[in-house]
Amino acid sequence: MTAYLTRHLQVLLASIGQMARNPGATVMTAAAIGVTLALPTLLYLITDNLERASAGFDKGAPVTLFLRKDLDKAGAQALARRLAQRPEVTASRFIDADAALAEFKQRSGLAAALDMLEGNPLPHSVVLDLSADEHTDFASRMLEELEADPDVSLAQSDLQWMRRLRAIVSLAQRGALLLAILLAVAVVVIISNTIRLAIVNRRDEIVIIKLIGGTDAFVRRPFLYSGFLQGLVGAVVAWVLIAGCLYLLGGPVDELSRLYGTEFRLVGLPLRDALLVLLCGGLLGWVASRWAVGRHLSRIEPR
Amino acid sequence: MIRFSQVTKRYPNGHEALKQVSLFIDRQEMVFLIGHSGAGKSTLLKLITRVERSTRGQLIVNERNLTRLPRRQVPYLRREIGVVFQDHKLLNDRTVFDNVALPLVVAGVGHRDTSRRVRAALDKVGLLGKERLFPITLSGGEQQRVGIARAVVNRPPILLADEPTGNLDAELSDEIMDLFGQFNQYGVTVLVATHDRRHIARLGKRVMELSDGSLIQGAEEG
Repeated sequence: MTAYLTRHLQVLLASIGQMARNPGATVMTAAAIGVTLALPTLLYLITDNLERASAGFDKGAPVTLFLRKDLDKAGAQALARRLAQRPEVTASRFIDADAALAEFKQRSGLAAALDMLEGNPLPHSVVLDLSADEHTDFASRMLEELEADPDVSLAQSDLQWMRRLRAIVSLAQRGALLLAILLAVAVVVIISNTIRLAIVNRRDEIVIIKLIGGTDAFVRRPFLYSGFLQGLVGAVVAWVLIAGCLYLLGGPVDELSRLYGTEFRLVGLPLRDALLVLLCGGLLGWVASRWAVGRHLSRIEPR
Repeated sequence: MIRFSQVTKRYPNGHEALKQVSLFIDRQEMVFLIGHSGAGKSTLLKLITRVERSTRGQLIVNERNLTRLPRRQVPYLRREIGVVFQDHKLLNDRTVFDNVALPLVVAGVGHRDTSRRVRAALDKVGLLGKERLFPITLSGGEQQRVGIARAVVNRPPILLADEPTGNLDAELSDEIMDLFGQFNQYGVTVLVATHDRRHIARLGKRVMELSDGSLIQGAEEG
């Protein structure tokens, strides 16, 4: 058993040595595999972050009711109080038309243009927070009901927005999965090609080893290790690329989330998933070399 | 040790390299295989190491029936046969030591044992002290002796040589042939294919002669 492990260790070290002796080729292959693995992982990370971000918004997708223009302030306040009584409503906020205009002037920077208007074009409005709002069916039913109220001219919620976003995110997730499968095939092709070249380059050696009684397993072993190592090194490159991308994206994302007034922060690859990427890289490399070896090694026989 | 019974080898192109060859080589015997080029000497050696398979007939090598030997057993057959090639078949990107050690590495011999046996083999062929050199820096005769050291390093019971002195001058050829004679005295069964009849007279061993794929002399001892 010790001898068996020693032999494997020898082959592993020899494979590492071989990679170290050809730094150019090793770096090129590792870079190609790294980019190939980094792409779907990044896409997954982005959709994952989007999903978390939208989940954050979901919690209190408030409903804004724009009231009939001819409803006076007292009537509007009465409606706000009436709606607050309803069990589905956790909070109700009345927004005065004048206050809304003032805020709009301040935020939009269109103060001069707005001053030219005669009177206030904005209606009074009420913002409602709904309970059980994560249940979208309930929320949309509420929305219809509120819209039917004769005093309400328009009921609007971020709900539709959320639904669209969620549909886009799930589409992107499906896309990431498909991309991952396609690129996994690409990794296998890249590695199996380098292994094929290695086999062709070492043809004489393989013939001699077979002539002096090397078993197929013995001949195969260094190529399997080399494929595994290439996949692993490629995965490490992917990891570094991802970390770099997240670092570069972190600043702008923080800025964006500050502008939207949310607490959202970009979440990187958790250690478990990072190790999974490494494992996938190594496994793909092993599969690729197994494939290449299966196709090419049996054809090399002493003559 | 080696027995051919009515062995025929026909290549896919239709060429019949061996025709109904029967022969027997006893344990610890040394035999020369001669014949003009194309007579089938190389084919006969390749059948023994199972590089080629016989078309018809039965072959027994060291109590293994080669006609029924499964593919996965072939490496173990080859470990029992040391082979010396005319073109040496050395790995030029490895040192003399690594070349000679290869059969032991392949067989999974431990590190310390390997080192000891490689030195012993190199000592026997007179190349001790050159184990760190690369084969390309050695002369033709020295390279051939590295090949011989590799062939005997795992102490196989059978030693085959295909024109081992083909590219060497007379003096070097004699040294090489004497080495084979020594291994035979240690109890190794030796079969040497050559076209150089000079050695035969010098060493006085049994001679088998092939002509156009048929054995015309020396199928059995005596």
